[in-house]
Amino acid sequence: MAHESSFLQELKQRGVSRRQFMHFCSVMAAAMALPGTAAAQIAQALQKKQKPVLFWLEFQDCCGNTESFLRASSPSVASIVLDVLSVDYHETIMAAAGKQAEEALAKSAADHKGQYIVIVEGSIPTGENGAYCTVGGKAAIDIAREICGGAVATIAMGTCAAYGGLPAAAPNPTGALGVADAVPGVKNLINLSACPANAENLTALIVYYLTFNQIPPLDAYGRPMFAYGVTIHDNCERRAHFDDSQYVEKWGDEAHRAGYCLYRMGCKGPVTHQNCPVVRWNEGTNWPIGCGHPCIGCAEPDFWDKMTPFYRHLEGVPGFNVQSNLDLVGLTAAAGVTGAFLAHGAVSFVRHKKESRERKETGALEDVRETDQKPPAASKKVNGGE
Amino acid sequence: MTNIVVDPVTRIEGHLRIEAEVDGGMVKNAWSSSTMFRGVELILKGRDPRDAWAFTQRICGVCTTVHAIASIRAVENAIGAVPPPNAKLLRNLIIASQCVQDHVIHFYHLHALDWVDIVSALSADPAKTSALAESISDWPLSSAKYFSGVKNRLKAFVDQGQLGPFANAYWGHPAYKLPPEANLLAVAHYLEALDWQREIIRIHAILGGKNPHLQSFLVGGMATPIDPDRQASLNAGTIAEIRTLMDKARDFVKRVYIPDLLAVASFYKEWAGYGGGVGNYLAYGEYPAQDSDQLFLPSGVIRARNIGKIEKFDPAKITEFVTHSWYEYDGGNDKGLHPSVGETHPKYTGPKPPYDKLDTTAKYSWLKSPRYDGLPMEVGPLSRMLVAYGSGHEKVKELVNAVLAKLGVGPEALFSTLGRVAARGIETQVLAEKMSDWLDELATNMGRRELRIHDNSKWEPSSWPAECTGAGFHEAPRGALGHWVHIKDGAIANYQCVVPSTWNAGPRDASGAPGPYEAALVGNPVADPEKPIEILRTVHSFDPCLACGVHVLDPRGNEIVKVRVQ
Repeated sequence: MAHESSFLQELKQRGVSRRQFMHFCSVMAAAMALPGTAAAQIAQALQKKQKPVLFWLEFQDCCGNTESFLRASSPSVASIVLDVLSVDYHETIMAAAGKQAEEALAKSAADHKGQYIVIVEGSIPTGENGAYCTVGGKAAIDIAREICGGAVATIAMGTCAAYGGLPAAAPNPTGALGVADAVPGVKNLINLSACPANAENLTALIVYYLTFNQIPPLDAYGRPMFAYGVTIHDNCERRAHFDDSQYVEKWGDEAHRAGYCLYRMGCKGPVTHQNCPVVRWNEGTNWPIGCGHPCIGCAEPDFWDKMTPFYRHLEGVPGFNVQSNLDLVGLTAAAGVTGAFLAHGAVSFVRHKKESRERKETGALEDVRETDQKPPAASKKVNGGE
Repeated sequence: MTNIVVDPVTRIEGHLRIEAEVDGGMVKNAWSSSTMFRGVELILKGRDPRDAWAFTQRICGVCTTVHAIASIRAVENAIGAVPPPNAKLLRNLIIASQCVQDHVIHFYHLHALDWVDIVSALSADPAKTSALAESISDWPLSSAKYFSGVKNRLKAFVDQGQLGPFANAYWGHPAYKLPPEANLLAVAHYLEALDWQREIIRIHAILGGKNPHLQSFLVGGMATPIDPDRQASLNAGTIAEIRTLMDKARDFVKRVYIPDLLAVASFYKEWAGYGGGVGNYLAYGEYPAQDSDQLFLPSGVIRARNIGKIEKFDPAKITEFVTHSWYEYDGGNDKGLHPSVGETHPKYTGPKPPYDKLDTTAKYSWLKSPRYDGLPMEVGPLSRMLVAYGSGHEKVKELVNAVLAKLGVGPEALFSTLGRVAARGIETQVLAEKMSDWLDELATNMGRRELRIHDNSKWEPSSWPAECTGAGFHEAPRGALGHWVHIKDGAIANYQCVVPSTWNAGPRDASGAPGPYEAALVGNPVADPEKPIEILRTVHSFDPCLACGVHVLDPRGNEIVKVRVQ
């Protein structure tokens, strides 16, 4: 190798072979649904880049997205991607504390104004003048305004940061909001929803950004199409059982052990847009449906209110061969998810059979949505922010 | 007298603020404040109790299993569901692997940088590091060449000029005592542990679909089917895969974590004299047998460091105070309430953000102050190991005695910052060795076609009493966790959590008695008030997890539904 780039030399020094690196780029290309030839472009882009600065802000969070980030696969190569970024502020991992931590953030934000990337984890409370979440005595919302305001792009990682998530579930005691609502006007905001967001999608997003110097196409909820363009249901390994009306009826029964469809146990896969069945979790080890539990719809806005009760099955999904399609009116949980389903269009369902029937269903669902778009029985009016 | 504020306390879960008064190079007084609140318990009201585990699980994404476990136990206790043996074994495996992985992450990624100076590692001689490594362990990654590679990697990182998460720390602080060779060894293992944690937590993905936030919990059992003849169930293949991961977990704990812990501790023995704290220890116990309520790690209470007398744990003796918390009680703020009759009316009376200082004579935290029989209690690995030691747990006694002998210190050294760090390591080894027993039992059940994973008889709400209450207890990595639930007409009427970091990080109570963090910080040295690394050492030794400190919020001031004590 007469002419090896300094980046590849650096990789080598870190114990990563060129082959491993190219494999990583191919995996990333696949995750982003790009043609195989994109791998070379990704590799080239990563080699050119200086380390862009990243700040990771935690507000009303559980740290689950940070933990997810720590599970990124292709370990040694993923650690290079971490090294490719300069993570200048991240409370959970940074060495500095207190004053020194805040100084590091202030200095780096000033030095790289307009160039840095921000990841936000957790919702932002607006009640009690921001006293429901402070860091260094400053309210989360003020920190978000200041830091996200100077960013070239902001990633709202996890459903809390994207849409308010758990803290915003009815009755939203603290007036919690996602980034888009709490800090309107943030430039290049990308929602990476799910609870937590899958590390593979974060890595893919960062690589996409570094490679193409632009943010990927987003869906109506601000999420990258490459990860949220298709429903769980449409990519589900148990889809054939759904189509054949083979359902689990009881936990641990013969059908459950055989891996039949979890639809009747409450699965929200038909109305949830995420690539779990494809990328799976923890280095491709498994995913919730793979271990016998229904999808709870965690990538969708307001899923804590709209997808609950989790074990009540959705009504009116095309192809569900149980006489349930007329049960729609008055079913509050179903109405919520129906909205999510419609907002994404029935695009994904078109690929499947019973097209004419489906059109009829969709019409029926729409009626329900208009007349019954109220929160579930348990929820009350949002009363935060007082 | 110098006033110190550490906010944010980093390398923890959540938002913690420490204020301290330092005089003559020593902490005279300290206050612990939680600065974040979400109100998860109120969000639960009116919902399906079978959903509660998923909500409470999101209290914490680090100890991502613990609130799910406590919740399903509380609901099962209320409705009378009985998880079958396989479900109990699956839960034990999930809980123990969580604990093992979490403790190692704590040691290397959250706590080590208080003791390890990364910059000093740059001047290490890799050959000497190799000699040191080989003197303490037979772990194969120990050659001079290997450590030379780690050093070069570190140097390349530093030379690039962007220190990222390692910028602006206390490097070069006189409190760092390790020689460069030991620092390099620790840096190498910091990186190895990063890969290790990612790999071994695949146990959770196999048993729970994903980590963080596993998704296989069910009230009444588990959702992970077991069937030796099915690809879609746990079968001989997945058992073998879990076993391989467990072997790797145990191997790393015994050959890397424990030797590192002992090596680092030997340079910091003076920390066996600091950070003792309240001296009362509480453990709820954990790891029930598959066919009985017998616990592998016992419950118990220790008062005033008397490990010769382990008292029986009585849940009725738990109370919570709000004297210094941003809440109000109807009957006055100077008395404690049992969580089953708990009421929580939040009332923020602190300074409007941004602020520089809290008024610590008044209310100053979003955490309440739990007390047991009126006393502040430390919870966590140290409490569990002390209770087990005092109860005559053979394995725990053996390991505790071995560690004390190795460090050349007596049992009194356990009541300290260093004791907390050592107890966490001991527990990790105990559990890493024990896990395979539960896996064997699961495999045996599978082989004899005992495939039940769920108590279906109590799944439908129509099978529940019209009104019922229950409590669920669990030993989380960070300590004793309890959930209390009141169910009425199939929905949650009230929900309360008393969590480990509330026990440990809570503020003063009505009598002015400080909480465990606050007490443990008094008497700690502080060489440089501008760089209070010593405060971080003691606070981190508890492994803070502040997001767990949530409480019911009723913004309209309505009376919270009262729960009858059973």
